[in-house]
Amino acid sequence: MDPVFLFGQLFTGLSVASILLLAALGLALSFGLMRVINMAHGEFLMVGGYLTYLASQWLGPDFLWLAFPLAFLGSALLGALLEVTVIRRLYGRPLDTLLATFGVSLILQQAARQLFGSTGVPVTAPGWLAGAFVVHGGALDGLTFPHVRLFVIGLSLLVLGGMWWLLNRSRFGMHVRAVNQNREVASALGVNTRRLDLLVFALGSGVAGVAGVGLALLAPVNPTVGAAYIVNAFLVVVVGGVGSVLGGAVAAVGLGFVTALTEGFTSVSLAQAILLVLVVAFLQWKPRGLFPTRSRALEET
Amino acid sequence: MSRGGAAALALVAVGLVLAPFFLGAYPLALLGRVLALSIASIGVCVIWGRTGILSLGQGLFFGLGGYALAMHLKLAATPRGELPDFMVYNGVEALPWFWKPFASAPFALGMVLVLPALAAGLVGWLMFRRRITGVYVSIITQALVLAFVTWLGGSQGLTSGTNGITDFQTFLGINLRGEAFPRGLYWATLLVLGLALAGTAWVLRTPFGSLLTAVRDNENRTRFLGYNPAAFKIAAFVLGGVLAGVSGALYTLHLGTISPAMIGVAFGIELVVWVALGGRASLWGAVGGLVLGQLAKDRISSAAPDAWLYLMGALFVLVVLVMPQGVAGLLTRRRAAPVRSSAGIKEVGNVASGD
Repeated sequence: MDPVFLFGQLFTGLSVASILLLAALGLALSFGLMRVINMAHGEFLMVGGYLTYLASQWLGPDFLWLAFPLAFLGSALLGALLEVTVIRRLYGRPLDTLLATFGVSLILQQAARQLFGSTGVPVTAPGWLAGAFVVHGGALDGLTFPHVRLFVIGLSLLVLGGMWWLLNRSRFGMHVRAVNQNREVASALGVNTRRLDLLVFALGSGVAGVAGVGLALLAPVNPTVGAAYIVNAFLVVVVGGVGSVLGGAVAAVGLGFVTALTEGFTSVSLAQAILLVLVVAFLQWKPRGLFPTRSRALEET
Repeated sequence: MSRGGAAALALVAVGLVLAPFFLGAYPLALLGRVLALSIASIGVCVIWGRTGILSLGQGLFFGLGGYALAMHLKLAATPRGELPDFMVYNGVEALPWFWKPFASAPFALGMVLVLPALAAGLVGWLMFRRRITGVYVSIITQALVLAFVTWLGGSQGLTSGTNGITDFQTFLGINLRGEAFPRGLYWATLLVLGLALAGTAWVLRTPFGSLLTAVRDNENRTRFLGYNPAAFKIAAFVLGGVLAGVSGALYTLHLGTISPAMIGVAFGIELVVWVALGGRASLWGAVGGLVLGQLAKDRISSAAPDAWLYLMGALFVLVVLVMPQGVAGLLTRRRAAPVRSSAGIKEVGNVASGD
């Protein structure tokens, strides 16, 4: 096989994986903490993407950096709103939450369709993101690394690092881990679990919004852009193990590579099917994912 | 069932049987189509309402049943020795091996049952053997149907891709475009629905049915009593899959086509929500919810397509928030079904309290 093609596919897979990772982070956090699956999570990516589009329209491509706080805050606020109005009322009923949030995702998609039209809107990247590094000479002659994709990979590494610090080094993170392990005991020891749920949900939504910025840089934003990512983001959570940032990272990169490589050999549609067969096979070996949270409880939802 | 309920049911049944005599062509076709779809909702009632497994991938089994029949109908409509038109357009030179046996009607009809049963059995075995539960099952089934739909859409030459299989002529020698056909198909659908309802109601009343409820309400306790919950879950999953497959085959006959768009992720979730609206734990609730929901959808979505999507989204949220047991749950308050124990939801304090 041509090494240039192979490495090109792997690099593309890595950039897709980095967006998947950011999308899965929020899902894994809220699922680990509250045991809810948010089907509208993909729409937070979409919102981030559209906010990036609006920022580039109003401010021009050079103010791209403003899109990050805008996308983060916009999605986080929307997430907080969803938590207060729907999710909070369905606590302890994960399957019902799944259905209700699917309804929310329908509403958000239709709203986007009416506001921005059903065809994708393009985001112009600033000049310094337009180029690419090209390898000259040697076995990899002609291999290109587009700046945009490098930027997206760097961005997700940055967010991942920030999340790791927040969860493992801050007081807030300690509370999150405590509630994750035992909600009742943490609550008895003075952690305001309701407020923590809200904050974590908003944080996860905000991170999805940032992922939406990366998404908007790679391809036009359309109303179903989030829906296209959401199933694979779920698979990342399932493979990585619920609530594990490390597991999510490993699973995202693994899934990204598998998709990129199988797409290189076969068609996109067959690649999706193969990926799924591999995931189901993997779950036979490790039903709780790569890095399961250990527990002595008899039943876990 | 109360005496009033039985009387109302008999009235509805008589009305449905006589419907072809007083309904116009379009309403009759719509009603028949919706009744065909409601067979799949019986399956959702069994696996979700009774066994507590929320499958979002019923489209997979629905599609397998539908495509099994559609392949036969397509071959029946193609002159002997020739290839189906879409294969010719896509440069396929010989009939693919898995199409060949579908030339036989008995084989195709058998496959309408066997393919969904095999698929459901395999998927169920892979999941429940390793005790994959709750939202994991929902996600995996949803991903499965997505993979299936993506593959169907991408395989132009084998499955006609996103266009779907269409242009049917005859079935078992009956002209599908003949004048008598719509009525005949309507009654056939009603008959199959009646059989499916009676059969499922009987199954749920046996000890097997009680064990499904036991698995739903406390899987571990059922295991400790010496039963294997995985076996019961797989059995329920197969039953639900077969019902979806039959539903898909009938629906294909009604619509005269089947395509990936009909069986995707949205289909599976919509199916579940209509059942939730009617009452997931009640057969009548499931069927009634789906039939009335689909009829309303037809009316409203043709009048205001944009508003319909908002309305449906809001309905999803409201049904779950306000009526977790659906309309049937409101009507039959006597058997106040425990909300928290249904659908595989376990209390966090379940173990410690021994409850």
